[in-house]
Amino acid sequence: MPSTPVIVAADLVKKYGDFAAVDGLSFEVAPGESFGLLGPNGAGKSTTMRMVGAVSTRTSGSLAILGLDPNRSGPEIRSRLGVVPQADNLDNELRVRDNLIVYGRYFGLPLRHLRRRADELLEFAQLADRAGSKVDDLSGGMKRRLTIARALINDPRILLLDEPTTGLDPQARHILWDRLFRLKEQGTTLVLTTHYMDEAEQLCDRLIVVDKGRIMAEGSPAALIREHSTREVLEVRFGSERNAGAAADLEGIGRLEVLPDRVLVYADSGEAALEEVTRRGLQPMTSLVRRSSLEDVFLRLTGRSLIE
Amino acid sequence: MTLRDASLRGAPQRPSRGHGVAALYAGNARSVVGRGLLATRSTNWIVVLTGFVEPIFYLLSLGVGLGAYVGTVQDAAGNDIPYAAYIAPALLAVSAMNGAIYDSTWNVFFKLNYQKTYEGMLTTSLGPFDVALGEIVLALLRGGAYGLGFLLVMQAAGLNLAWTAVFALPAVLVVAFGFASLGMGITSYLKTFQQMDWITFFLLPMFLLSATFYPLAVYPEPVQWAVMALPLWHGVELVRGLTTGVLGPAMLVHLAYYAVMIAVGLAFTTRRLRALFLD
Repeated sequence: MPSTPVIVAADLVKKYGDFAAVDGLSFEVAPGESFGLLGPNGAGKSTTMRMVGAVSTRTSGSLAILGLDPNRSGPEIRSRLGVVPQADNLDNELRVRDNLIVYGRYFGLPLRHLRRRADELLEFAQLADRAGSKVDDLSGGMKRRLTIARALINDPRILLLDEPTTGLDPQARHILWDRLFRLKEQGTTLVLTTHYMDEAEQLCDRLIVVDKGRIMAEGSPAALIREHSTREVLEVRFGSERNAGAAADLEGIGRLEVLPDRVLVYADSGEAALEEVTRRGLQPMTSLVRRSSLEDVFLRLTGRSLIE
Repeated sequence: MTLRDASLRGAPQRPSRGHGVAALYAGNARSVVGRGLLATRSTNWIVVLTGFVEPIFYLLSLGVGLGAYVGTVQDAAGNDIPYAAYIAPALLAVSAMNGAIYDSTWNVFFKLNYQKTYEGMLTTSLGPFDVALGEIVLALLRGGAYGLGFLLVMQAAGLNLAWTAVFALPAVLVVAFGFASLGMGITSYLKTFQQMDWITFFLLPMFLLSATFYPLAVYPEPVQWAVMALPLWHGVELVRGLTTGVLGPAMLVHLAYYAVMIAVGLAFTTRRLRALFLD
């Protein structure tokens, strides 16, 4: 289905003084797609999001959001975006429902429309019973859902989510993922940054792996895993002192990554690899066979862990 | 609901005029004012009240108390007027200034650094000029409310000596507008509570020395010029002329001073908001 991309970035650069926070990113996002930027803290994800959100001007390169240049048409672009920032910036001086209505007023939307829309969105965010609450009284997960509801008040073409579940407990994360998945099903274009690979795997059709302002790889989560990792991974621990030494004896079983606390063995069959390990007379303290994840892709591409 | 203004004009406005202005101003400062009025419900009213009663205490202690010893003072036209009637218009200007300063410094400080209110506003189609203008209008409303209250106190105490005192209300709005627009721009540079104290450090001497409690003529000439450079002096003279009924061409100079202060303040604040949130 050929359709005009809603975001086109080419050689996008953002410098602060001499430091290039974003150093030549090129990517496109198709309408209805769920697109992710995966990378560690400081990779340039948030800076990229700010440029896409038309609140930061690029140093060089080109960027088109819905066919418009954010340097020239900032307000017009922002009127068609929904933004969920990394840190909640809900209005603590306003009640929950008023947060939605007042935010909608910033877009110049009529009040009568906003009252109805606010009630729909509170329903969607599972906050209908908290409409009159103070924002301060909400839990972290509720605040995030309210922030997402707020971002939807202007029926945006694109929803930008910067680390949507960072700092939430597992249950709150799953509720949030469920809500975002529904939006995706309804055809909302999602662009999200994350340093959680499970989140990227759950929500993204396609993603770029970003490190130090550059793209390391691009593709669907499954394709990236296929391309840059093996089907399975064997994790063995020999104790902090002995991991490095044991690694020498593991040569040849599969590609190895030696981490401070464990050794990763990349193999198509983890069980077979583990059999080979024991056949060689090695006795790991613990062993675990698991499927490859984006964490492994990142480790392969950069030699570093995603969360340090 | 306090948001019911020109809201039903139809679909969302898509500013698509010349790019320079459209990037700064969406013509929607009223949504910022609406937000402020709604938020006022949870305002700390004690703080609001102290700003209002402070000049009244000055009027009581100095105007009534000290005034009993001072007797009369000569106004600009050479008429003898009661001391209380001399300082009351100055306190009126101060009360408008206090209202504007409170909103445009402490309130702005919190919204800027802690509540991230402006950050949220500027991810919408609002431009920095909408935010600046909306917030300044709110500060002006607070200044105007303080001023109106004090003007009524003056009327009740018989301290409005001429009918032109009715124009003192628009005059204090001008004064409030000036302080609010400059105050917000300056506040955008301040990051800590210690720095916020500088504002008081600057305002207190200005309050005491701007021909508030005695005529400018008591100073040596160089000091007179220094005082005449301060914004409050122009506000005091403007309001005093109106409540005592001594009008003159100097009033236009005072108004011009504020016109420049407002224009500079608005431009300055808009630039700062753009630099902070739309880099």
